[in-house]
Amino acid sequence: MKKFIAVALLTAGMGTVSQAHAHRAWILPSATVLAGDTAWVTMDGAISNSLFYFEHHPLNLDQLEIVDPDGEPVEAQNKASGKYRSVFDTELKKDGTYTFEIRYSGLVGMYKLNDKPVRWRGRADEVKDIPEDAKGLRLFEVDNLMQVFVTKGAPTYETFGTQGVGLEMVPVTHPNDLFAGEVSEFRFLVDGEPAEDLNVVLIRDGIRYRDQVDEIQLKTDAGGGISVEWETPGMYWLEAELEQPGTRSDTAKRRMSYSATVEVLPL
Amino acid sequence: MKLTGRTTLLALLLGSACVEAGELELEVEIPGMDVAEYHRPYVAIWIEDSKGRHQQNLSLWYDHDMRDDEGQKWLKDLRLWWRRSGRQLEFPVDGFSGATRPVGTHELVFDSNSSVIRDLPAGDYRLVVEAAREVGGRELLRLPFQWPPEKRQEIVQQGSNELGRIQLVVKP
Repeated sequence: MKKFIAVALLTAGMGTVSQAHAHRAWILPSATVLAGDTAWVTMDGAISNSLFYFEHHPLNLDQLEIVDPDGEPVEAQNKASGKYRSVFDTELKKDGTYTFEIRYSGLVGMYKLNDKPVRWRGRADEVKDIPEDAKGLRLFEVDNLMQVFVTKGAPTYETFGTQGVGLEMVPVTHPNDLFAGEVSEFRFLVDGEPAEDLNVVLIRDGIRYRDQVDEIQLKTDAGGGISVEWETPGMYWLEAELEQPGTRSDTAKRRMSYSATVEVLPL
Repeated sequence: MKLTGRTTLLALLLGSACVEAGELELEVEIPGMDVAEYHRPYVAIWIEDSKGRHQQNLSLWYDHDMRDDEGQKWLKDLRLWWRRSGRQLEFPVDGFSGATRPVGTHELVFDSNSSVIRDLPAGDYRLVVEAAREVGGRELLRLPFQWPPEKRQEIVQQGSNELGRIQLVVKP
């Protein structure tokens, strides 16, 4: 049950950003551009209101997948979960771009059983297992994807494959080649098709030290593309979400979200 | 003597090579610092064209002889050089890299036999010096010059943090 709660929190966090008390799920890498024969990155993962501060809940890393520049899976090392954050390390043995992602597709439900709130997670064919005396059942289909990219040596593009499910991002500008004063382009897909008119939000780190969140709001064009001119270097949290009628269950709405942490360097 | 087309071409090439001969004399000052923890800076020196495109690496000073090539780890702190050139290179690189240099003025001469400038097409260029220091800062200076030089050009830039006086003399 503990795991279910964590996942539900994760999905809730990724789905409710625009609300007043937004919980954001994020991964913060120690570096995104590295050099040398071998290198290590360490990452924090958390769910919190403010970026990138640990203040609410650690990120569940059960679904974490890491892919090296050749497309081979890499095991996260030293995984740990604390009160407010999770951590893990990864050794980068190869030159090129590594992708770190947490992908979740399924159904999430909320109901009350004997007056106690229950969060549920499962597949469409498991909905029937929800107890009959569950009250106030609300079901959501969710397709959530969270990504971080890290490059040792020269950036590579070979591992940016998409699965055609939910919201996905296709880098036009390499996500480890972002520089202040330059324009970068990204494309978004929904179920593999260009995601037109999608709202994309970018939030720079260091919120605690300024009065306004200063989020950058963008809308995708007909091809699902956005272009952003970076004024200020920093770590940025990029997020987009979309709600549609459900496809896997008649009772559910479908909530999709994509988020990534990208670093913009000064030149 | 009857000249074949081939020898004529060769003569022309040699002639133009002579006309385009030139020399770069560079002085790079690493400034002294009153800091608790001092490490010699990593320095990259290269030529870019007027649009900022990388042309030739002239010099790279870094901790090249550390155990397990540990010194390569910080090459990415030469941020512009890393993006323009470094990240595409296989290390160790031959020809232009060497140890970090101490405080003082260091002279580098690239004459017309030097491969880095011998093949440089005519045009406007900038010599770029980028320095990054562990627990310190980063600084980048650009010195514009024309190639091949018609007359002596002397370009001086004064750094304010990680670099001191940089002087480039371009001679025909």
